[in-house]
Amino acid sequence: MEAIETPLLKVTIDGIEISVPPGTTIMNAARKIAEADPEQHDKVPPAMCYYEPLKASGGKCRACLVKVAAGSEKDPRPMPKLVPSCITQVQDGMIVENTTNPAVLETRKGIVEFLLLNHPLDCPICDQAGECYLQDFSYEHGVVDTRTQEERRTFEKHDLGPYIQLHMTRCILCYRCVYTADQITNKRVHGVLNRGDHAEISTYIEKAIDNDFSGNVIDVCPVGALTDKTYRFKNRVWFTKPVDAHRDCEKCSGKVTLWYRGEEVIRVTGRKNMWGEVKEFICNTCRFEKKETRDWTIEGPTRIERSSVISANKYGKNLIAKPDFALKLAKSQYKKIDDSRPYITDDQTIRQLSIENNKLANERSLASD
Amino acid sequence: MKILTQHINEPGIETFDVYRKHGGYTAVEKAIKSMTPDEVVEEVKKSGVRGRGGAGFPMGMKWSFLAKPEGVPRYLVCNADESEPGTFKDHYLMKSIPHLLIEGMIVSSYALGANKSFIYVRGELLYVIAILEKAIAEAKAKGFLGKNILGSGYDLELVVQPGGGAYICGEETALLESLEGKRGNPRNKPPFPAVKGLYQCPTVVNNVESISNTPWIINNGGEAYAALGVGRSTGTKLISASGHIRKPGVYEIVLGVPVEEFIYSDEYCGGIRDGHYLKALVAGGSSVPILPANLITTTANNEPRLMTYESLSDGGFATGTMLGSGGFIVFDETACIVKNTLNFAHFYRHESCGQCSPCREGTGWMEKILYRIENGRGTQADIDLLVDVSRKIEGNTICPLGDAAAWPVASAIRHFRHEFEWHISHPEEATRPGAVYPTEAVLN
Repeated sequence: MEAIETPLLKVTIDGIEISVPPGTTIMNAARKIAEADPEQHDKVPPAMCYYEPLKASGGKCRACLVKVAAGSEKDPRPMPKLVPSCITQVQDGMIVENTTNPAVLETRKGIVEFLLLNHPLDCPICDQAGECYLQDFSYEHGVVDTRTQEERRTFEKHDLGPYIQLHMTRCILCYRCVYTADQITNKRVHGVLNRGDHAEISTYIEKAIDNDFSGNVIDVCPVGALTDKTYRFKNRVWFTKPVDAHRDCEKCSGKVTLWYRGEEVIRVTGRKNMWGEVKEFICNTCRFEKKETRDWTIEGPTRIERSSVISANKYGKNLIAKPDFALKLAKSQYKKIDDSRPYITDDQTIRQLSIENNKLANERSLASD
Repeated sequence: MKILTQHINEPGIETFDVYRKHGGYTAVEKAIKSMTPDEVVEEVKKSGVRGRGGAGFPMGMKWSFLAKPEGVPRYLVCNADESEPGTFKDHYLMKSIPHLLIEGMIVSSYALGANKSFIYVRGELLYVIAILEKAIAEAKAKGFLGKNILGSGYDLELVVQPGGGAYICGEETALLESLEGKRGNPRNKPPFPAVKGLYQCPTVVNNVESISNTPWIINNGGEAYAALGVGRSTGTKLISASGHIRKPGVYEIVLGVPVEEFIYSDEYCGGIRDGHYLKALVAGGSSVPILPANLITTTANNEPRLMTYESLSDGGFATGTMLGSGGFIVFDETACIVKNTLNFAHFYRHESCGQCSPCREGTGWMEKILYRIENGRGTQADIDLLVDVSRKIEGNTICPLGDAAAWPVASAIRHFRHEFEWHISHPEEATRPGAVYPTEAVLN
């Protein structure tokens, strides 16, 4: 069969021009720019709900909204509203403003605020911390201060079968897990119940998700709402060492990442690319039951992109790149230090003070019950 | 001049025979026997009738956008999921004169080349569904529906679908999802329903009132319809008038009636109830910006404000509003704007589908802030926060529900900021039962 030549479309994103085939979205065009030159990573809009391997995903979180300053060569009018870059296809001659448009940045601040509004911010005890896309998104696009004083919505934790726990309170309703169940398993038993800010991911009458590929919902979850029960509270992700490995599996490709603590495999996940997306989904046997090194053929250490969430010094680099942010952070922290009190240095007094403080805190929490 | 409600009070008009006696189904005969589908579309285009569901998009233009690929069915869906607070015209029309909608559906389906059309009725209106189904059975028995209508070879099946019980299912793509049996989440656009709608086939979604206009347009010609009204606001419009007026109800007006006449004349609302005076107006259903007394009967340029799409939106959002779906809610000085805004915010929070983050989280946040203000626990900074939140929702959502939730809050603060401030600075007075901002005291 002869390959059909299709003319490439030229699109400019934050001043960088790239040619892409028709049908490409703004998001994927921007990703192409960053794949060619990792320095241009900030040209890529953030994605909280879009997941390339899942059809129909995207358009929901509104984190990737961008300004289209010129629609196309033929019709160079700007688009009136900000558009979701993950589902908007490029036109020839389109000019997109991502981080160069103040309205886009302002809107993103708002989106971070909305996503965190009902989020418990329990990162210190959350297994996803360190590889959480919400952490990343709020760090890069959010503001330090919070403007909400309302009570957050909460849900009970649910066990979805023996391997997966659903912690709905952390969920940002990206629908990725719903699409995963729809598209890679043969029967979806979970979905979204209710509406608005009381909507929740749930299995109907808490029916357990029982399927050979159900574990993939953990990989696609951008936050810590769906966690691996065989890994929960085992370790912080940044203390573990990822290694690429494979095995012969009759159900899936068998290509995984093993996460080591010392000599022990404490977690198995699908292999994520630089956008945090798993291209080859793995089965539950590989994920949950093969936790011995002898089960696997080791390929070598997993290459961690600098842009990846778990990359070391990622946040530090951002701090330097964004002096504004660092200054604000420092200021907000500074207010909390009470300089009028003398510094206490001897161990005995510190111990005594901490006991008293604990007592006070206990009393306070009892009083509020 | 009445088009839709001319015969609505005839006894027995809900039956086929009485409806037929008053000239019913003549448009079907005329269209199917003597006109091509394109000619019908052309008449509707000429009439300039605009979508009566709220957006006011020209109906003929919407029809002409319908993609017509070979071998793919096309659908017409009637949006009868009327749930906008303050709007109750479609309900009235369907229960009183069901055959008008059915006649309109037949004519419109013929124009669009649809062989299966749907009426998606708000789920709460179960008895209306029964009325419509009875009327459809009658029309079918008389040969106006089903196979080979009037011997022309044109087939049409009409299906009444009870809605999913959600405001959001009135958004056209959410309606289509719901009609397909799925959760009523709005779709990302493009593609628009005219290209990929119901079951991924080209689809037109029209409001009940819009479709009910088509028989008259076919009988009398598009030009006759366009002769009514003012400028681009042609024809008549049903207005659901409610609130502190003497005569609430559904009124059919020729577009262009002055707002002042509509509120005060005995033909329509009959004025504000005794001993009270006009304070505010929501002109087109709860989603549109609220207007203060001084901007209701005249525009900011001191021209009389008319009941037209253009005149009501004169001045943009700064000093104007929208005709919307015609949910005309009048407030007198006993109405508390803060409480009313809270009520609307509660509605939108409850009805947000929860798909996209600005609307899901923002509507809830706005309600919580308003709840605090209403209950005497607000701060002055909360007012600016509300404005900022509404701005961050507006225009950033998948469907217009986000805008609909943001506008009432933003406009209430724009025009009635003093009331919000009073609630915050006088928490004790403001939280007393029935407390209202003391307009009198300020006026004197």
